[in-house]
Amino acid sequence: MPQINQLLLVYQSQWFWLLLVLAVIYFGIGKGMIPKIEQTVGQRDARIAGDLAAAEKARTDANEAEERARAADVRARGEAQSFIAQAKARAATASETRLAAADAEIGARLAAAEASLADARAKALDSLETVAAEAAQEIVAKVSDAKVTAAQAASAVKAVFANG
Amino acid sequence: MAAETKIDPMHQFQIGALNGGALDGAPFVFTNSALWMLIVLGSILLFMWGGMKREMIPGRWQAAVEGLVGFTSGMALTSIGPEGRKYAPWIFTVFTFILFANLMGMMPFGVVDAAHPFTVTSQFTVTGVLAIISFSIVLIVGFWKHGFHFFSLFVPHGTPAPMLPLIVPIELISFLVRPFSLALRLFVAMIAGHILVDVFGYFIINGINSGTAMGYAISAISFVFIAGVNALELLVCAIQAYVFALLTSLYINDAVHLH
Repeated sequence: MPQINQLLLVYQSQWFWLLLVLAVIYFGIGKGMIPKIEQTVGQRDARIAGDLAAAEKARTDANEAEERARAADVRARGEAQSFIAQAKARAATASETRLAAADAEIGARLAAAEASLADARAKALDSLETVAAEAAQEIVAKVSDAKVTAAQAASAVKAVFANG
Repeated sequence: MAAETKIDPMHQFQIGALNGGALDGAPFVFTNSALWMLIVLGSILLFMWGGMKREMIPGRWQAAVEGLVGFTSGMALTSIGPEGRKYAPWIFTVFTFILFANLMGMMPFGVVDAAHPFTVTSQFTVTGVLAIISFSIVLIVGFWKHGFHFFSLFVPHGTPAPMLPLIVPIELISFLVRPFSLALRLFVAMIAGHILVDVFGYFIINGINSGTAMGYAISAISFVFIAGVNALELLVCAIQAYVFALLTSLYINDAVHLH
């Protein structure tokens, strides 16, 4: 086995070159380059963590804004509803008063019309009696040649109207 | 055509001086092992350099480097706790060096003979140093933080007094064996895998060289087998690096927090 046969011949050079190489790796890379590499990794991790935190904050902000918008929407909707209700009520009362006024006017006109109708009817009846009495007087005079006074004829006609 | 290729699976672990000189036990001899350590170092530096763009949105390369760094730092932090940050560079060094060395040893550069990769983690002179450094960190941190109270590591909580003469030596031995198990586990896993691949590689060559139907059949079977073993070895490369780094961090955790 060369490792044993050559041991005494090579151990010094083996150790010298090995220690040289290990020293370069330990001090040059281990102490020199690795801290820089780890710093880069640390910066990246910090950046990622910061970005994640910012994104999380933005998300909560967006959620809050959405919540606010939703609340404002609900409030506006409520206001609109009450506004509509008020307007409806106002419109209803307005139309009611107008209807009532129109109703009253119509009633008054109806009453006046009825009154004038009754008046006209009474007048018509009155003139009818007079005409009937005159006609009865003339009929009696022509038929029986008897003389009836206007008063008699009128009372007779009145009696007939009252019965008829 | 060579009639017979001698099976010598240990040749790949041979260390030789690259400047033509002989090995003489001196520390500054530049060997093939040293060359491959530097190649491992170079590939690690290249890999890490590619991840140093430090962009906010990482590309694939940067993401890979950050993944490796995050993996080793995470191992240190989960095993040791918040104090683990101090030891993360060493965990990273151990994990990355072993991983790249293991993988580099599996690279198929050997198709060009001179570029045959040398697996530095198959040398216990290398794995031993890694284990000794890890174990030294455990001892230094343990005695630094806890003083002689560190020896309470050998007395598990709630041990009945009569059991202590038995438990303490067992705990002590299991503690002292740690650097050896750490070094040998990696060394053995690497050397075994490479010998296996090498031996079956020779089977393929010798089977074809024999020119018989039997030889071709053996070559074909060995080829299928070696493909599977290579895939398994790639897995072992990563697992051994992970195990070494994880055990190192667990041992340091013992030293930092005792039991």
